[in-house]
Amino acid sequence: MSTRQVRLTINGHEYSGEVEPRKLLTDFLRDDLGLTGTHVGCEHGVCGACTILFNGEPVRSCLLFAVQANGAELKTVEGIAPNATELHPLQEKFWELHGLQCGFCTPGILLTAEALLKEIPNPSEEEIREWLSGNLCRCTGYQNIVTAIQETAKTLAEKSR
Amino acid sequence: MAYIGSRVKRKEDVRLLRGIGKYVGDIHRAGMVHAAILRSTHAHARIVKIDAATALKLPGVIGVLTAADMPGLKTIPMRTGVIPGLERSQQTPIAATKVRYVGDPVAVVVADNRYIAEDAIELIDVEYAALGPVVEARASMEPGAPQLHEAVPNNIAANFQVNVGDVDAAFRDSDLIVEEEFSTQRHSAVPLENRGLVAEWDEGRGLLTMWGPTKMTHTNWRILSELIGLPQSSIHFIEPEVGGGFGARGEFYPEDFLIPFAAMHFRKPICWNEDRSENLKAMNQSRQQKHRIKIGVKKDGTIVAMDAEILFDMGGYTRTHGGVPAIAASAMLRGPFRVKNYRCNVFCVLTNKTPVGTYRSPGRYEANFVRERLMDIVAHRLKLDPADVRRRNLIRHEEMPYDLGKHPFHYMVYDTGDLPGQFERALERFGYESFKATCAAAKLEGRAVGVGIGCFVETSGIGPWEYARIEVDNAGQVVLYSGCNSVGQGIATALSQIVADELQVAIENVRVVHGDTAQVPYGNGSNASRSTVMAGSAAVGASRKVKDKLLRLASAKLEIDTADLILSDGRVIARGAPERSLAFAELARLALPGPALKNGMTPGISEEDFFATDKRPFPYGVHVAAVEVDKETGKITILDYLVTEDVGRKINPMIIEGQMAGGLAQGIGGALLEEFVYDEDGQPLSTNFMDYLLPTAMEVPKAQLISTEDFPSPHNPLGVKGAGEGGITAVGAALANAVSNALGVEVKKLPLKPDYILQLIKDHEAAGETSDADL
Amino acid sequence: MKPAKFDYHDPTTIDEALGLMAQFGDQARPLAGGQSLVPLMNFRLIRPAHLIDLNRVNDLSYLSADDHALRIGATTRQRELERSAEVAKRWPLLRDAAAFIGHIQIRNRGTVGGSLAHAFPSAELPVAMVTLDASMVLAAKTARRSVGAEDFFLSYMTTALQPDELLLEIAVTALPANAGWSYQEVSRRHGDFALAGVASVLALDVKGCIQHSRLTLTGTTPMRVRKAEEFLLGQRPSEALFRDAARRATENLEQDSDIHASAEYRRAACAALARRALTQAARRSAEQVKGTSR
Repeated sequence: MSTRQVRLTINGHEYSGEVEPRKLLTDFLRDDLGLTGTHVGCEHGVCGACTILFNGEPVRSCLLFAVQANGAELKTVEGIAPNATELHPLQEKFWELHGLQCGFCTPGILLTAEALLKEIPNPSEEEIREWLSGNLCRCTGYQNIVTAIQETAKTLAEKSR
Repeated sequence: MAYIGSRVKRKEDVRLLRGIGKYVGDIHRAGMVHAAILRSTHAHARIVKIDAATALKLPGVIGVLTAADMPGLKTIPMRTGVIPGLERSQQTPIAATKVRYVGDPVAVVVADNRYIAEDAIELIDVEYAALGPVVEARASMEPGAPQLHEAVPNNIAANFQVNVGDVDAAFRDSDLIVEEEFSTQRHSAVPLENRGLVAEWDEGRGLLTMWGPTKMTHTNWRILSELIGLPQSSIHFIEPEVGGGFGARGEFYPEDFLIPFAAMHFRKPICWNEDRSENLKAMNQSRQQKHRIKIGVKKDGTIVAMDAEILFDMGGYTRTHGGVPAIAASAMLRGPFRVKNYRCNVFCVLTNKTPVGTYRSPGRYEANFVRERLMDIVAHRLKLDPADVRRRNLIRHEEMPYDLGKHPFHYMVYDTGDLPGQFERALERFGYESFKATCAAAKLEGRAVGVGIGCFVETSGIGPWEYARIEVDNAGQVVLYSGCNSVGQGIATALSQIVADELQVAIENVRVVHGDTAQVPYGNGSNASRSTVMAGSAAVGASRKVKDKLLRLASAKLEIDTADLILSDGRVIARGAPERSLAFAELARLALPGPALKNGMTPGISEEDFFATDKRPFPYGVHVAAVEVDKETGKITILDYLVTEDVGRKINPMIIEGQMAGGLAQGIGGALLEEFVYDEDGQPLSTNFMDYLLPTAMEVPKAQLISTEDFPSPHNPLGVKGAGEGGITAVGAALANAVSNALGVEVKKLPLKPDYILQLIKDHEAAGETSDADL
Repeated sequence: MKPAKFDYHDPTTIDEALGLMAQFGDQARPLAGGQSLVPLMNFRLIRPAHLIDLNRVNDLSYLSADDHALRIGATTRQRELERSAEVAKRWPLLRDAAAFIGHIQIRNRGTVGGSLAHAFPSAELPVAMVTLDASMVLAAKTARRSVGAEDFFLSYMTTALQPDELLLEIAVTALPANAGWSYQEVSRRHGDFALAGVASVLALDVKGCIQHSRLTLTGTTPMRVRKAEEFLLGQRPSEALFRDAARRATENLEQDSDIHASAEYRRAACAALARRALTQAARRSAEQVKGTSR
């Protein structure tokens, strides 16, 4: 069984690697490319810890083979902050409002939240919870995560005035 | 401005938000290879033969280890919850002759990567001789049931009693006796990060380094040293970021021996990253208890006696926790109520299922469910309001400290508090009285709406001691070396707040080191909501010694009496003459060996403290739940939820609320969704996340979370009570009561699955009972 | 939980894909969204020797509607179906059914054809397609055929697809005038597999009588309940009518039993949901009748 070349863009940078077809995208990101911010919680597409943006949409990277990402544009948690010294408003609000505890689900949740706010700039609590329902968190009970997203929506709205 | 009491942003967060925090699965060592565990597929069997020949030929496989490669295997000892008898059913790190649960480790495969390791596992041929399994506790105790451990007759790993007052006489004195049976289902911590370890053996220097240990770092350090035959000074544990513990992660598991053993055997760094299907079979399970309980009351609802039998389902082996869930359940079954006559007979029973440990509020989640249901049943039978029955029995402030009577294994004196006051606050803030009217109105429309109460007393802050060392380094940075651990709860921030206030420095200039045995020599870890209490108090002690040293150094230099010196903003300043001051960095330079020795002072600014106590603080509070039940589908919607908890003193209110919210979510999971199901052959059926159901953002409502500081604990200098478990502990109780109230039925077990609800409704209708639960 | 080894193929045309299916037959599995297949592969419950990735066959993904029918390319994402304005307007049952599938992240990758071919017992799209009398276009290298939705689902996770065939397209004809619809589901958590799911389409005539009725329940395969549909024809909507229809629909209804719910529960839940679905479909139809009669 042969290996395949994979070339893709992640957080605006080009990456490449050579993989067995069965190599999961999660393992390619984490082990081959050293992008360990994307976490592995279940490997069967339920917990959402592995959520990344694949061509702009939140998906479970544990259910993709790395070869499927050839030519794709991905965003991982490492690409959310604008640079090494500033944080994205979502990250600021999660920090301010205690939207994380152990941090294991946080990368996946941040990316889901980013995609949500892009599609629905002013989401209701119901919409936020619906979008979040595909990301499990075992620590926070979700309350502060919801508030952090709501507050980020307000911040982004103010910024764009 | 004080840090203690304010909503300080956590120091842990930025790296976690950026995705650069390193969890154990993120750690790579040069030349690292991967382990996978071959686990038993039988619940109860003898191992006849293990043939790894084919597996060994697979390219990329480095080796396969079995018990045959580990002569002189010892059992993993208990570190707590030691009930005489339990030592007969402990677990060796790998199964040698017999397996006792599906998931019992049988072999360790080491390969270039996890993919190949899993390929190799499939090629190992294990021949088992199946033995009949027993999967239910009562059946397991019956004569003739399959015997799991030779030395344990009737699979009763241990049995103990609690006896307070004169129960039999008290029952004769009761107006009403109610006898019921309750059960709580197997469920557990299930943190989002699976377990993992990295072990690296430096053969040249004889040094074993391990990443991954957490929760009980120093205890596990000692245990590994004993099991693997290396002195502790040759073993170095390093705690990475940890993705949640909740009681189950960080105990000494079989893999905590197997992985370092393999690293030493193969002379390569080895990582082991558990996958979810293993985690759901191999990480400690919990909560499965059966209670037979009898309560005697006067007709005004006053409790006179309580007599209980608890069956604690332990799984196939006794683990490091011994019998903690059973001890805690039997100790806290009375909760916040005055019960002068109490008897409890506890059986710790072995079954062919995954072994059991603690899970957040162990034994108490179960006990609160049982007792609070019983209170409502008593209220119903006496035609009294469930709130009034509780009022009659809540221990009053004047009775504190309240001695519950002797328990063979548990500290039993409630320290301080106003339980009735907290109770009234909870009901008032919830709007209990007006909600009862809402329920009644809904019933007229044919809707099943109900309200339920769950009172609790939690135990926390267990001793016996904790360690802290604080040093001020040459840059004036304050470093705390603490014997606690971080499982994601924010302890480093809380401790920083405490130290920053003690030493009057900016919190940015405080750093906390934990979980690293080369930097912290002693510790008792983070469990049982002890860290703020114990590690915090030790940090206070060390801070005060450091303050003393700083003042002495400044005094010698400034030639001002220490009584006229104070700490302010990272400096020592003269009272009334602030221009005469020295910064911490300057004082550190004065404490360098050269100058210090010249002045006859001990070099360095570094002070240790141990905070020791044999007492515990008891947080307490009330849960109130409102639900609506869809009578046709059995689905439960939580309309409203409130938790109040007195925590003595709040270091960081945001962190405390976070603990309450997280506990509530887990409590909802336990009440409605989560269950480890086994079939009659002991095969686990909940081995993926479509079968073991964790609550999502759609299942957890926004709740009112009220933490109070009414009664600081007298048992520690901070006055704190541990706030980690109050959010979860009475959720099963409150929801079960609310559902019972909504439907006019009597819930006797958890979880509240839709088909159990429909069954209750059907039985209720068949019995033709009128719903007089308009209380 | 890493999958077993496989050979990977990523064709870019339908012909290429069919050629690979012909070549590798029952040794191969087509990969569409992967939301059902890859978990099974990660658990090693399925270990295809060949994986034929359809995600680069652009011609397989489309949503096109004309006056007569909606044609859905097999690899159209569920999320696209859910978001389509045309589908929302003319086939809202599909949008409602799709919205029950898992979570948004699943629907971003999961495909319409993939869900149908996987034929999981409680899945929404199979039930919806049966209710809408959809027809499936199946193709092998040398032949195409059309199979009606009811005939497509044969037994537990088994469809009419032969080992060398691919599902290419699903065609759904326009609904009768003034058709009301409803998709009802009960599950343990939001987004979980349904314990019971019901789809209904009802169309009332100008007099308010039911002239078109469809009712489908979840089961091992989607269960179209003709006896209830026939019972409803010509009748006027009422609470009692729908209760009766629901009872008839679920009498002796075969249902699965698992750790989440017993067969008895599923039967009872199907009855409740059937009544609710009929009620909602009738109400929606009545609204349209009122609207068009102005």
